[in-house]
Amino acid sequence: MAPADTTRSARRNGHEPAAKVDAPEPSQSRSRSTSLLDRAWRELSGLVQRRIPRADLDERDPDYIREQLPLFWLFSSIWFRGEVRGLGNIPDEGPVLLVGNHSGGNMIPDTMVFTVAFSTYFGVERAFYQLAHNLVLSLPGLSWLRKFGTVAASPENARQALTSGAALLVYPGGDYEVHRPSWQSDRVDFGGRKGFIRLALEQDVPIVPVVAIGGQETALFLTRGERLARLLALDRLLRLKVLPVSLSLPWIVNVGDFGHIPLPAKITIETLPAIDLRAEFGPEPDVDDVYDHLMRLMQDALDALAAERRFPVLG
Amino acid sequence: MRVNSSIVVNAPVDSVWSIVTDPERVLSYMSGVTRWEVVGDLPRGLGARYRMLFRIGAAEVGGLIEVVEFTEPTEFAWTSVTGLDQRGRWRLREAPGGRTRVELRLAYGVAGAGLSGWIAERIAAPSVSRHVRQTLRQLGRLVEHEQLRERAARRRTGASHS
Repeated sequence: MAPADTTRSARRNGHEPAAKVDAPEPSQSRSRSTSLLDRAWRELSGLVQRRIPRADLDERDPDYIREQLPLFWLFSSIWFRGEVRGLGNIPDEGPVLLVGNHSGGNMIPDTMVFTVAFSTYFGVERAFYQLAHNLVLSLPGLSWLRKFGTVAASPENARQALTSGAALLVYPGGDYEVHRPSWQSDRVDFGGRKGFIRLALEQDVPIVPVVAIGGQETALFLTRGERLARLLALDRLLRLKVLPVSLSLPWIVNVGDFGHIPLPAKITIETLPAIDLRAEFGPEPDVDDVYDHLMRLMQDALDALAAERRFPVLG
Repeated sequence: MRVNSSIVVNAPVDSVWSIVTDPERVLSYMSGVTRWEVVGDLPRGLGARYRMLFRIGAAEVGGLIEVVEFTEPTEFAWTSVTGLDQRGRWRLREAPGGRTRVELRLAYGVAGAGLSGWIAERIAAPSVSRHVRQTLRQLGRLVEHEQLRERAARRRTGASHS
C-alpha cells in the first residue's frame, strides 16, 4: 500500500497527525523504499489502517448490546467476580467523559466489567461509547466491538461522541498503562497524556474518574517492551509504543499480547464523583493543575482499593 | 425464568396492600433492590411508572417498569418497559384468623439472548429466589411490627379516654 493510501485511511478514521508521521519526506523516500523490511512494515501498516472501520457512531446497536449482556454478565459475575461501585456518581443524562485507569493487557477485562455495569444501570438506550486503540478495532473477529459502541481513539471521534450527548469512556493511559508490569497494579499511570482534559474543557462536559483494580492480575505482565517496539519501528507504523511481554495462558511466554486467557482475578471498580472543571478550577482551568488533581484523586481511590485486597487474583 | 414464594402474615390484607403499593417504602423491605423511583406524575395506581434496579452478580439490572394491574387490595402487577424483561406480581389473599397470604412472583429474562441468556437466567435463579424469600420475610416483619404499634397506639388512646 502506498503511503498516500495509508494517509487517506488514517484520515478517514480521524488520525491527522498519525498520517503525517507515516508519510516519509520526499528526499528520504527513495533511499528508504529500497529497504525490503521497511516496505513490508508499511504494507502491514496499510493493511491495519484499511481494516480499521470508519468511525460511525451509528454502528452502536442497542438491541445487540441487550442480547449480549447476559453473556458478558456471566463472564463479569462468575469469572471476574466484578464489583462496580458508585455508578450513581455519573450524571443521569447528558454528555460525560468517563476517565479510567486501564489494566489487564489487550483482553481489557476492566472495560468489559464496567461496560456491563454501565449498560444495565443506565439501560442500553443511553448512548455510551468507548475509545479503543486502532489495532484492537482492526483485529479479526472483534468487529462486534463496534456494535458495543467502541470507536477508534482519535480526538475527532471523541468530539463527535460527546457532541451527540453520549457518555464516553476513555483510557488516557492506553496501551502504555494497560501493559505496565503486574507489580505496578496499584499505580495510575497516564504517561502524562492530557488531551482528554482539553477535550472536556472544549466540550464543556464533566469528567467522572473510574478507578479499577484487578486487571493486572489476570496475567503476569513483565514489561511493556518499549525499547523492543522502537527497535521494530512499531511506534512509527502502527502507533504502538509498546511490545509487551507477559506470562499468560495458554502461551506461557506471551510477546505482543494478541490475546490470552485471563486469570479469574477479582475486578473491583469505583466510580468517583463527577468533576465540573470550570466550577472547580475557574473559567480558564490550567490543564496541568487539573491533571495533577485528577491523578491524586484516582491514585488515592486506587490505594484504597488496593488496601482492600488481601491476595492477588483472589482479591 | 419464574421465581415465586409466599408467606402468611399476621395482619389484615389492607395493611399489607398499603405497604406493597407504596413506592416510598419498597427499598425498606425489597431485598436486592437498590433503586425504586417514581417516573412521571402518577406515584401509585394503574399506569404508574418506576425506575428500578436490582443487584445481581456484577451488575444492577432493571429499568423502567409500569404497573399493569392494580386491583385493590389483592392484585398488584408490573411489567418492564425498558431494560431486563420482567413481570412481577404481588398476590394478596385473606387467610383465616384475620391474616393474609402474600405471594411474590418474579419472571425475568432477556428476549433474543439465546443460550447465554438461558444459562444466565438459571445461574441467577438461586440468588433471585433468595431475595424473593428475604423480601417476604422483611415485609412480614415490617407489617407485623406496624400492626403491633397500631394496636399499642389504640390501647394508649383507649386508656387515656377511659
